Amino acid sequence: MKMTKSPWVLHYDGSSCNGCDIEVLASTTPRYDLERFGIINTGDPKHADVFLITGGINFQNRMVVQQLYSQMPDPKVVVAVGICACDGGVFKDCYNILGGVDKVIPVDIYVPGCAARPESIIEGVVKALDILKKKRDRMKQGLPPEEKGWAIANIRDGKALAAQEARINAQLKMEDEAREARYRAHEEAHKE
Amino acid sequence: MRILLGFLMILVAPFAGAILSGIDRFCSARMQRRVGPPILQPFYDFYKFTQKKAYIVNGLQWLLVWGHFLFVVLSIWIIYSGEDFLLAIFSLTLSEMMLCLAAYSASAPYSNMSAQRELLQMACTEPMLLLTAIGFYLNSHSFMVSDIVSCSTPAILRAPGMFAGLLVILPIELRKSPFDVSSSHHAHQEMVKGVTTDISGRTMALVELTEWFEIFLMCTFVGLFFAYDNSLTGYLIGIAVALAVMLVMTLTDNVFPRVKWERMLAITWSTTFIAAGGNLLVLTLLQA
Repeated sequence: MKMTKSPWVLHYDGSSCNGCDIEVLASTTPRYDLERFGIINTGDPKHADVFLITGGINFQNRMVVQQLYSQMPDPKVVVAVGICACDGGVFKDCYNILGGVDKVIPVDIYVPGCAARPESIIEGVVKALDILKKKRDRMKQGLPPEEKGWAIANIRDGKALAAQEARINAQLKMEDEAREARYRAHEEAHKE
Repeated sequence: MRILLGFLMILVAPFAGAILSGIDRFCSARMQRRVGPPILQPFYDFYKFTQKKAYIVNGLQWLLVWGHFLFVVLSIWIIYSGEDFLLAIFSLTLSEMMLCLAAYSASAPYSNMSAQRELLQMACTEPMLLLTAIGFYLNSHSFMVSDIVSCSTPAILRAPGMFAGLLVILPIELRKSPFDVSSSHHAHQEMVKGVTTDISGRTMALVELTEWFEIFLMCTFVGLFFAYDNSLTGYLIGIAVALAVMLVMTLTDNVFPRVKWERMLAITWSTTFIAAGGNLLVLTLLQA
């Protein structure tokens, strides 16, 4: 019996235009019918095996994505659906966007497209199942499920982490300054 | 001999329950014009859960889920070894109580809210389950299952009201629409995954296994209404009706939307009072 016959999917929509989101839901409809592979779209990270993310990562949802990922029991795989989840897409240069999902958690399968079609989403999930099986086999041998220790600090010799930190700090500084400016304007308005 | 049958049924029940659950998912998919999962899908799900790492929230949760499992098994054993039917119902209630406490033991808000709803569901089902037992008693003048199945008239003839009432609360026991307010088979719902929100891995597999036992137990309750004279015909009719009722439950699940808890309480208690209560009144007056 194979574990990959019953992959339960947790779907999270980051900051996308909802196009891929709708396509993911379309793949559960009678026309595409994800359930024939035993796939269930669950709302509970503790029951999920496949983490399906659409849309890019921004300053507000990075903690959410990291938390959802940490709540999923091993073995687990992550599928980034749509070009925004792969590397940020058209939103890449926006002030609030960090980039693709791989900026905050390790991604196993990238499904490109804008929006990704249901056929390619289903293929992406089915491909991810092979990786799920490999991870399970590694766990049975007493190894960690990931092949190499994934950490954002290891990407591009730590430059990726430094760049991300710099962007987050710049964002926080900007917000602080804006808040202070608002406060000062408020004070001055009250003086008069 | 009877005791052995009880142990045999403990082995048969999970397989029968899982196949029934698989058929349910298959039929449900076909009703929606989908291909649907294979019939053995519940076994795959079960195996998957045993392979996953479990996040045990606390030691108590694990113990309570085991209790949930063991008391349903006890309930099956009591019925098939011909013991007291009332005891089987109390054992089933205790088991549901344990699942409820397991949900309360976790600090997750969804888990706690579902546990409250589970209590409400129990308030809806318990009067009817007890009246079912009383219906059997008024038919055969005994709570012992061995006497119930060897009574000369099947219980359905004297207690059709109890049967109707049991059908109304059956969706609650099987966690199906319109009364799946605390937890549902369809994972996407407002309660995330209801009482099992904080249960994962092997513990979740145990909950699934218990679910199969519960499905089998509910079929048994339905079938018991048709057994008479300890005859094969009675048992066969019972099995056939139980299967038909399961199909009707699948249909109900697909046709009805989920109701709010107030509605659930109103519907179940009114049917319990009118159908089963009326039946009880008539039977007592006739026998007086």
